Amino acid sequence: MKGDLQMRVTALHDEAAGIRRVRLEPVDGGALPAFSGGAHVVVAMQDGGVTRRNPYSLCCDPDDRTGYEIAVARAATSRGGSAFIHERLAVGDVLVVGAPTNLFSPDWRAKKHIMVAGGIGITPFVAMMAQFARAGLAFELHYAVRSRAAAAFAGVLQDRYGPRVKIYAADEGARLPLAALVENQPLGTHLYTCGPERLMGAVLDTARNAGWPEQALHSEHFMAPPPGDPFTVTLAESGREVAVGPDQSLLEALEAAGVNPRYLCRGGVCGECATKVVEFRGTILHADHFLTPEERAESRTIMICMSRFSGDRLVLNL
Amino acid sequence: MQIDAIRSRPIYPGLAIAPLARRHIFALEGEGAGALLDIAGSLTPAVLGRSQILYVARGSLGVGHHGALQTLGAAFWAAPTVQPLLGRLDVELSRSHMGTRLYLAGTEGFIGQAMQVAAAHGIDPASVITEHRGSLARRVQCVHCKGVTEGVTASPFVCSHCGLSLFVRDHYSRRLGAFQGVNIDAEEPGAVPPPEELYL
Ligand code: FES
Repeated sequence: MKGDLQMRVTALHDEAAGIRRVRLEPVDGGALPAFSGGAHVVVAMQDGGVTRRNPYSLCCDPDDRTGYEIAVARAATSRGGSAFIHERLAVGDVLVVGAPTNLFSPDWRAKKHIMVAGGIGITPFVAMMAQFARAGLAFELHYAVRSRAAAAFAGVLQDRYGPRVKIYAADEGARLPLAALVENQPLGTHLYTCGPERLMGAVLDTARNAGWPEQALHSEHFMAPPPGDPFTVTLAESGREVAVGPDQSLLEALEAAGVNPRYLCRGGVCGECATKVVEFRGTILHADHFLTPEERAESRTIMICMSRFSGDRLVLNL
Repeated sequence: MQIDAIRSRPIYPGLAIAPLARRHIFALEGEGAGALLDIAGSLTPAVLGRSQILYVARGSLGVGHHGALQTLGAAFWAAPTVQPLLGRLDVELSRSHMGTRLYLAGTEGFIGQAMQVAAAHGIDPASVITEHRGSLARRVQCVHCKGVTEGVTASPFVCSHCGLSLFVRDHYSRRLGAFQGVNIDAEEPGAVPPPEELYL
């Protein structure tokens, strides 16, 4: 894509058990495109014969224009990207990295920012907090982890921000005090959450039930495309057929076939990859966070970064 | 109640209670009282017990609403004019927490001014529940002297600050809560078309 950067791995560091931080610097030197806290980049990786393009939040200081850093958890059922970074990536390797995109921007009009992270969902907040602290803004981080050993960035964040960072380790019996968190917050407070779907759902529901308006609530879904049964898609323009493997998304299969549809998040939230369904016999297995229930029922649009198909004919307007 | 052709102009969807809010603040001006009274049937004692009404009766049409608003059973305060109402709103908001929702009803000029008070407390304008009631009179800021004239019903009109004849442009500034007024006889002083009553 336009804006792609050739970047060299200059450091690999295990932030916590099963979480690896990767520092990337531009092969050609020079200042990198600016980004703000909450931004992600899409990193292309060769995984066997398949090119994986996974989105990762930037977890470095946005003021540092010499490199980007991401942190990747080793996924139990890795779809390639995570295993590749943990097992095969080495210092000196060159990766293709897309320009930063932000779908999780802080609201800069806020009087106070409260962040609630679960596990690897900490990454966007590392960058946000660097900006909040520099701008002298009020903020708090509430960080739920399985154990302190698995808590990436916990030490450095506590060193940097002191009591504004609270850690809740499940193995110590600590729980996020959600109801108390949304109580008595000053007007103009914004709430941000990133982590497992269940945690984010609980955070948002607690705030809504305490009367918080939607405009003050922000969440970032980290979703990998689900695996499923293989299927075939037909492209309306050329009549070409493309096979989608069990462990490949529709978008990845199209890219492998040389078709390059538009995308930003690759996680079913931004809407960029919406594609018109010309014809289908079967069921579209919607797995995105973008379409409304009515649009899903109609199935005239499919979000190709996440959703799959089961049936004998699917024709897309490509 | 208004022409929706102006893109810069906010839309006012109408008062409806945010059922999960912990506290409700209603700032009402003149005919805006009617917006709350019209939904009074749906206000439970629990909602009213957590509500505060700030009211200013501006213009002859607003006079009769004090009694009706007072009998609703919510905390009620009436301001003599708009400025003290905005001052009181500012104080109430500074004591409020997330979970408090703000409702505004009245003329566009009033909603715009109250919205600025809210914005200073970090309230997102889109989370404020609004209803336009009463006159279509505009608040207009003279682009030349920056003075604001309230209750403008005709264009052109004479700026109440610098005395220039101003044409009212259909451009609404949310930041100022006002429309723009631009001098109309700069080329040929005195060549002012007769005013048309456009915003009654
Ligand atoms: S790329 Fe964002 S929804 Fe598919």
